[in-house]
Amino acid sequence: MTEVTLDTTSEQPDFGNYVSLLKPRVMSLVVFTAAVGLVVAPGSMNLVLAFASILFIALGAGASGSLNMWWDADIDRIMKRTQSRPIPSGKVTANSAMLVGLWMSVLSIGMLGLASNWLAASLLAFTIFFYAVIYSMWLKRSTPQNIVIGGAAGAFPPMVGWVAATGSISIEAIGMFMLIFMWTPPHFWALALFMNEDYTKAGVPMLTVTHGKRSTRRHILIYTIFLTPFCIGLAFTSIGGPFYFILSILFSIMFLMGAIKLFRRAETAAVADKYFEERKVFRFSLFYLFILFSALLVEAGFRALNFNLTAWPQVF
Amino acid sequence: MTDEKIHSIRKKNNLMLGLVLIAFVVLVFSITIAKLMGGSTLEAYDHVRRPQLEDTK
Repeated sequence: MTEVTLDTTSEQPDFGNYVSLLKPRVMSLVVFTAAVGLVVAPGSMNLVLAFASILFIALGAGASGSLNMWWDADIDRIMKRTQSRPIPSGKVTANSAMLVGLWMSVLSIGMLGLASNWLAASLLAFTIFFYAVIYSMWLKRSTPQNIVIGGAAGAFPPMVGWVAATGSISIEAIGMFMLIFMWTPPHFWALALFMNEDYTKAGVPMLTVTHGKRSTRRHILIYTIFLTPFCIGLAFTSIGGPFYFILSILFSIMFLMGAIKLFRRAETAAVADKYFEERKVFRFSLFYLFILFSALLVEAGFRALNFNLTAWPQVF
Repeated sequence: MTDEKIHSIRKKNNLMLGLVLIAFVVLVFSITIAKLMGGSTLEAYDHVRRPQLEDTK
């Protein structure tokens, strides 16, 4: 006779597993850019409402992260980079990830609408839809341009923050959107250069997989060149200024130099030093975005203290 | 995983969820107050006349 015992082989998800469904590292970037978008906007906003707005924008981003993990569980299981995520590691079922994602979407959109305004809430809804449906379900597995268009999802948060504060979309919000939108491809392709095997195994049509690394290096350079005018142009809007301008020139040059270096590098050299330069450019690109958005915050601080140049040209 | 282990994880989960729910209630209340105030202080009639709230025109 065999003994009957309670099934204790299945994992019991703990709270942290659910938190990691929300992609906390992506969320921290969203909190930061959304907060900058909200703070640099003209006018003043009640602190509680500002805090709540940023929180629900971040939760919305988390919700879309959860939906992404639900949909992509099959390829996450194959890729080394994502194997330890809650679903592939067996901590959380795909179905609960979907439910968490859907309910958190409803909650964050509704609460953002109540805390700020419904234009901001609709933009957040569109962002979640864009990331979960347009990017994850459709583009990611069908075109090497996946991250170019999918990058829009990551570019929306500062715009949502701005709209939460002002109630309308303006050139400054579009400027911040374009900065992240143009930044995403070179940032992500630098990662793809050294994570290529993962994408090949999983059958994700990353540019490195479909067009090779030579072409990816060229694309990184081209997109970094196109990023530059958007980055510097933001200096000549109402949220820019001389401080941002100097940093934007400096960081544009540094990013361009990195891109040129990657472009000139032969694959053999990259393999030899285990993609040292590629990793460096990837890390730098994160720093680049962080510094530029921080510079916008500093400019807002200057304006608040009336410490600004009245002669600074506002072209846009 | 033993029963005991599972129970302790569940207890922690419930506790965390409880804290999140309390935080949510506090936040909704704060948003309500912030929205009601609309930048000014809250004052109203409290069953008795309050001349300081009345239109003096």
